[in-house]
Amino acid sequence: MSSVKIELRKDQIEKIHSFCDTFNNAHGELINVLHKTQGEFGYLPAEVQEVIADKIDMPVAKVYGVVTFYSFFTMTPKGQHPISICTGTACYVRGAENVLAEFKKQLDIEVGETSEDGKFSLSCLRCVGACGLAPVVQVGEKTYGRIAPDDVEEILKEYL
Amino acid sequence: MVNKTQIRIALRNCGLINPERIEEYISEKGYMALGKVLTEMSQEEAVNIIIDSGLRGRGGAGFPTGIKWDYARKSVSDQKYVVCNADEGDPGAFMDRSILEGDPHSVLEAMAICGYCIGADKGLVYIRAEYPLAIERLNIAITQAREFGLLGDDIMGSGFSFDIEIRYGAGAFVCGEETALIHSMEGERGEPSLKPPFPAESGYLGKPTNVNNVETLANIPVIYLKGADWFSGIGTEKSKGTKVFALAGKVNNVGLIEVPMGTTLREVIYEIGGGIREGKKFKAVQTGGPSGGCLTEKHLDTPIDYDNLIANGSMMGSGGMIVMDEDNCMVSIAKFYLDFTVEESCGKCAPCRIGNKRLNELLGRICEGKGTEADLDRLRNLGEVIKDTSLCGLGQSSPNPVLSTLDNFYDEYISHVRDKKCPSGVCKDLMEYFIIEENCVGCTACARACPVGAITGERKEPHLINPEICIMCGACMEKCKFDAVILK
Repeated sequence: MSSVKIELRKDQIEKIHSFCDTFNNAHGELINVLHKTQGEFGYLPAEVQEVIADKIDMPVAKVYGVVTFYSFFTMTPKGQHPISICTGTACYVRGAENVLAEFKKQLDIEVGETSEDGKFSLSCLRCVGACGLAPVVQVGEKTYGRIAPDDVEEILKEYL
Repeated sequence: MVNKTQIRIALRNCGLINPERIEEYISEKGYMALGKVLTEMSQEEAVNIIIDSGLRGRGGAGFPTGIKWDYARKSVSDQKYVVCNADEGDPGAFMDRSILEGDPHSVLEAMAICGYCIGADKGLVYIRAEYPLAIERLNIAITQAREFGLLGDDIMGSGFSFDIEIRYGAGAFVCGEETALIHSMEGERGEPSLKPPFPAESGYLGKPTNVNNVETLANIPVIYLKGADWFSGIGTEKSKGTKVFALAGKVNNVGLIEVPMGTTLREVIYEIGGGIREGKKFKAVQTGGPSGGCLTEKHLDTPIDYDNLIANGSMMGSGGMIVMDEDNCMVSIAKFYLDFTVEESCGKCAPCRIGNKRLNELLGRICEGKGTEADLDRLRNLGEVIKDTSLCGLGQSSPNPVLSTLDNFYDEYISHVRDKKCPSGVCKDLMEYFIIEENCVGCTACARACPVGAITGERKEPHLINPEICIMCGACMEKCKFDAVILK
């Protein structure tokens, strides 16, 4: 985590500090701080983690340990329209695998990657609790139900 | 899905009241149970009602709720906590989300009752960040309850104070385990710890903590209003009340159902679920999510309760119920769950971290046609070792999908390892693309689409796929307009 790639601006650092202050810089609130920060920046690069660790007086390794433990937190930036394919059981038995394969094919990226133009990123998630609509795909906040591989192109078109 | 075999207790208000208006909850006798407990009962009397009702934890393990409360009540401390476990991580189950979205006050009321019973003045709801609407409704409900004096200081003039905060999960299945959940609430990695000490003695911040699942809590207020006898009159000898199941997969009617304990799988799948989609043949039903197992035809008439499911190699879990038909390959299903477990294992203990990975690799080999019969014995041995030696419930139950499919679908495993065939036609490596001579008109579309030149044949003559060259991309099948290319 030593190679510094991102120069955080002063106002960005102040923003992170204010999130830490909101939660009284308490160690027990680390996850809440991370949620807030990721909400603002979209992801949690090493540099951001260092600022948090410094502010709440915790080893960076510990912050990193928490960030990498939870699948909700990411250290790589997501696309403008993050696509999440539900691969929970109900979606799986109704063919989520084939839908995922079609997204990979159309976007030419793997799960966890972002398309070259930064427009789309692809991830899998485990159950959004909409099993009646299986298989389910989320693009940003919007949820699509009963998706077949043939629908993939149409969905992507909405965001081009 | 209205059916006479369903009884709604936990879901009693879902869809019937506006969850964003506390007045509507109150008009359905909301917060009356809290009032009754605060004004008429001692802590011990109130706990005894839950013990007598026979209510067991709906989150998975089925521990008697009243006994849990009693342990926490008897722990001596200046501070205790009530925690609602809303980290519904089991893929395919969404009853907790529905309750929080449809009837959040029932959970808040139950937490306050629990707080009174065990002597806690603080409650925490640990909820998945993936449930934004549930979070919003909970926040609204908490604010309204405070405004009405049903949360906060000196509730109903009883001298009892109780307030609730929300804590967010961040996507880790293991956090459904109560000790892992507590560590996550403390801002740590959500790794479980050895029990004892149980949370009832030393939980959140080292203080006695009672953790209950959302559905368990939703049952509480009704039990006080209608009585322990009423509740224990529903269900089977050792499993009382109802259970909400998330019926999904290859059935005609999918969605949440709530049935008395002891209802049979057949009633659930055929009467409520309306049978298998597209007239296909029932093959298996998976209960209990990644911790459960697959039950088959012969179990259809078994009454569903905690103990019967465990006796048959599955478990209640949080109530996911995924129905599978003849098109689902049971080896792939077992692998699907193992993929999940491997990803979600926290890595703290070796049996779960390493053992599940090895189990998954064995299954992968079998699906690729590289497995042997000796691998099946290895699966079973390793699975049993993982069950016996893992630290927490996740590892102790993670081999269940493998062991139960080995028990119930051994033939299917044998086909994979001996004949190198996948009877359901799911495992791609065990299949070949094949051209049906009668259907092929020799249009050459497939041969032109084939990226590796595996298809040969003269124009207007039936074509042939050379399996040695074929890379299984499926391009030929997509291009064929005559349904001549099949997988078998």
